[in-house]
Amino acid sequence: MTAVDDRPTTEVGRDRRRKEDQRLITGRTRWTDNIQLPGMLHLAMVRSPFAHAKILSIGTDEAKASTGVVAVYTGADLADSQGVNINAWPITPDQVTPTHLPVPADRVAHSGEIVAVVVARTAAQARDAAELVDVDYEELPAVLDMKEALKDEVLAHPDSGTNKSAFWKLDSKEQGSGGDVDEAIAKARQDGIVIEREYRQQRLVPAFMEPRSTVVDPTGEQISIWSATQVPHILRFAIAATMGIPESKVRVIAPDVGGGFGGKLQTTPEEFATIAVARKLGKPCKYTETRSETMVSAHHGRDQWQKLTLSAEKDGTVTGLKVELLADLGAYVAIVGGGVPVLGAWMFNSIYKFPAYQFNCQTILTNKTWVDAYRGAGRPEATYAIERIMDELAAEVGVDPIAIREKNWITHDEFPFTTVAGMTYDSGNYEAATEKALELFGYEELRAEQKQRRESGDPVQLGLGVSTFTEMCGLAPSRVLGSLSYGAGGWESASIRMLATGTVEVVSGATPHGQGHETAWSQIVADRLGIPFENIEVLHGDTQTAPKGLDTYGSRSLVVGGEAIVRAADKVIEKAKPIAAHLLEASVDDLEFSAGQFTVKGTDKGIGLTDIALATFAAHNLPDGVEPSIDADATYDPVNFSFPHGTHLCAMEVDTETGATSMRKYVCVDDIGTIINPLIVEGQVHGGLVQGIAQALWEGAEYDEQGTLVSGSFVDYTLPTAADTINFVSEHTVSPSTTNTLGTKGVGEAGTIASTPAVVNAIVDAVRHLGIDDIQMPCTPERVWKAIQSAGSHQAAAPVADAQPHFGDDAPNQDPAAGSTDGAAQ
Amino acid sequence: MIPASFDYLAPTSVEEALSVLAEAGDDAKVLAGGQSLLPILRMRLNAPEKVVDLGRIEALRGVRDGGDHLAIGAMTPYSDVVANDLVREHAGLLARAVETVADPQIRHRGTLGGALVHADPAGDVGAPVLALDATMVVVGPGGERTVPATEFFHDLFETAVGDGELLTEIRIPKHTGWGSAYEKFVRVSHQWSIVAVAATVRVEGGSIAEARVGLTNMGNTPLRATAVEQALVGSSASGLADACAAAAEGTNPPSDLNGDADYRRHLATVLTRRAVQKAMEG
Repeated sequence: MTAVDDRPTTEVGRDRRRKEDQRLITGRTRWTDNIQLPGMLHLAMVRSPFAHAKILSIGTDEAKASTGVVAVYTGADLADSQGVNINAWPITPDQVTPTHLPVPADRVAHSGEIVAVVVARTAAQARDAAELVDVDYEELPAVLDMKEALKDEVLAHPDSGTNKSAFWKLDSKEQGSGGDVDEAIAKARQDGIVIEREYRQQRLVPAFMEPRSTVVDPTGEQISIWSATQVPHILRFAIAATMGIPESKVRVIAPDVGGGFGGKLQTTPEEFATIAVARKLGKPCKYTETRSETMVSAHHGRDQWQKLTLSAEKDGTVTGLKVELLADLGAYVAIVGGGVPVLGAWMFNSIYKFPAYQFNCQTILTNKTWVDAYRGAGRPEATYAIERIMDELAAEVGVDPIAIREKNWITHDEFPFTTVAGMTYDSGNYEAATEKALELFGYEELRAEQKQRRESGDPVQLGLGVSTFTEMCGLAPSRVLGSLSYGAGGWESASIRMLATGTVEVVSGATPHGQGHETAWSQIVADRLGIPFENIEVLHGDTQTAPKGLDTYGSRSLVVGGEAIVRAADKVIEKAKPIAAHLLEASVDDLEFSAGQFTVKGTDKGIGLTDIALATFAAHNLPDGVEPSIDADATYDPVNFSFPHGTHLCAMEVDTETGATSMRKYVCVDDIGTIINPLIVEGQVHGGLVQGIAQALWEGAEYDEQGTLVSGSFVDYTLPTAADTINFVSEHTVSPSTTNTLGTKGVGEAGTIASTPAVVNAIVDAVRHLGIDDIQMPCTPERVWKAIQSAGSHQAAAPVADAQPHFGDDAPNQDPAAGSTDGAAQ
Repeated sequence: MIPASFDYLAPTSVEEALSVLAEAGDDAKVLAGGQSLLPILRMRLNAPEKVVDLGRIEALRGVRDGGDHLAIGAMTPYSDVVANDLVREHAGLLARAVETVADPQIRHRGTLGGALVHADPAGDVGAPVLALDATMVVVGPGGERTVPATEFFHDLFETAVGDGELLTEIRIPKHTGWGSAYEKFVRVSHQWSIVAVAATVRVEGGSIAEARVGLTNMGNTPLRATAVEQALVGSSASGLADACAAAAEGTNPPSDLNGDADYRRHLATVLTRRAVQKAMEG
């Protein structure tokens, strides 16, 4: 047997290079900003420099007189025609949801909010004139810190009367999925272990590569909207629902979209303003934002304070977990903004068998940029906190972090397993992934080196970080969404069109923004229908071509959309079967379908599916009563979420002289079920890892005391590049999902979710012997160094044996460096 | 990211550039490699009426052997400085510092002279030029004058180059046989220096005979740590810490997202020791 024979004989599992990459990488494609329409006008936005201010007056005369200017509109001018930015997931019936007009007329609630729109013949003329719009503001007190906001002394929206948007709770005793968490904690205070920690999830900017852009053509019967969005179908719905345009008159096209990471899972003020202006003027209009505008106006991610109380027996067996979250929504409740932190409700318990559990989430309004989904959305936040505190438990018990996890995780023979939060995990094998990861990592050798460095007092200390994560993907069973008052379903749609000349069109409602759907979908259909990979074309992103869909987010495309494609393909075969039987003069019952051929059992008679497609197109010789089409549609509503998991191990070196950290080794073994394309998976894992590592080490949206985003450009918002990362070891175990045909689980967010705690655990592990048990993210060298400095002095004064602190009135348990540089940024 | 409109002028000689500048008065900005000016214009932080591009003045490019010194044209791109054999041999410190600037794309566009006149204290060219005792050649309507590096940097973004003047050449005394190192402290590789230390030493018999140390981003201008330089004379590799302890004395570094002033002062002492140590090794 040669090596070649070991390659998969199926398309599924092949490391196909992505068929879409040539056009995406060269840019020779239809990015929204590349689109030019005859007579098209250009927009520039005038934005508030203040976090909170009354708009007293707006002088537009000078701007209107500027060269090339066609119109200048204020919020008052657009009042009745601009629609409204919707919140699709009110998490409680009494949620406080301030009205979010695309262009407010009287008051701005965060810096960067649009106050006027300038329309000109060229983008440069529009920009020039925007400088001439004279806005008279009266500054209002702004609330920026979410703990301050809780006091309701300064209000982000004075008319609301409170900054508290909603409170959401899950209690395992109340819902019958577990015990009483307060009892468990009280008991542990008597005879067990209680660990109390407060962690900070800093605010992040979803720094997608392509800035957002919208082109609107209002001429003709339908209004056509091209937008750099993840959610063309949801955008179409929102336009129809809020702008008074029948949905049938709205066509939304997401052409090639250059990344999103959740940041384009939004219906935006910029989109609505562009539509409103184009309709007013009756001319095609384009708006493309600058990067500086993206930073302040596109939604941010994360931004939580997470208070955790974990109870355990003396041997480290967990008995309860109580979570109290504060989540900053920014100035407005974004499309799923309130719901993102709530997704953590089913994730904080993670892979562990907590007998009792309670999750509390308070969402808060402040005068900052709105917050919504960012890669992982609710799950990385939860995973970070639980994986951090499990390390604290290990330290308290005095065992290795791996051992504490082994003691408490769900074992492979316990699946399917219903968790204390009420989710049923269908499959997984945490033991296998961990064992493989430990071996690839060389865990024992690195532990030995760590010990040696500690003993020799090496200025560069070594730490090992563990993260055994799970997540919930494949959003989502529609009934579950309904029970959570989510404003839509969770199904996905697909169509397969068998063209007469032998090629196949696959239409998907899951619109990609860089994921490689065209390649993966082609591989799935190639196997299913026996059609060559090259002969399959995947269409998406245009509501006229792909009329039904719920778009791409939450690692749902493959798990939900892929299953819809499988089902459509199976319908094609079923529809082709009677035609095949007719043409072969055989009985339907005697036919077999394999590798694109129907054959009559026990004979060499057969006919190819593409021949049937041609025969059906001609329709000269079809059986009686059979329609001349073998095309098929399917809409699939998932029966459950999917639950990828994995074990990530990270080794970090910490230079105790400077606080600098550097990554020494990173190994991950993910179980994402069946892998369709290992190359795409590798890309998703690598990119995901870097994004998660970036939260741990580099990124943070920081505001000053006036509410101005200080890290408002890539000079200060320190995104990593390839030069800042190392080679990752990425491997897999495969426990196929039992709830979809292909056995897939989703991979889009795994790396981001898992890596952040692995990195921070490693850094803390490197300096734990100095008396440090937390460092706030991003773990800047300054924070690490200051933690070391103050731990040193603290250690001299009092030993760090008091490992069961009760929450003080004022203070997080950690981070002596907090507040030194981020002031009002909390 | 569209700048306000401006007139673009592209003289082909220094004389022509000077007369264009004289005509334009206060309303002109000089464009060298554009790596700082263009973002400023595109973000509309500045809106000059005229931009005078020096990119077509061939005479301002290249490295010349001036006998006891190297003469580097102000418009020589970073990447040419790094790749130049004369620079590597006689002014190793400059090559070591410049090769850390930003990323390869920026190093192909950005110029040594442009960065010096821009005078961002977090930039990586000021400290080595200062440490190497360079002399700047400045021309203006009144003719040519030379300014020692120690007198070149006046303040944040301010140098000895006045309105209507141009920096044309950087003359660096040959430091042949000196070891050098540039210790740059950043969180991500393409970032401006949080702190950096440029050190170059001449070693005789295992101890330091002469030392030059420049500091990046420890004040409004690049700084020369002369007290450290004197303390280092006679030190061996094992005795550097004491001599470098005073590296941050008298400095006034900024506080920002990357670190407060005290942290920067601490970094400066650690990085000075490390830079000198590396410089001693070659």
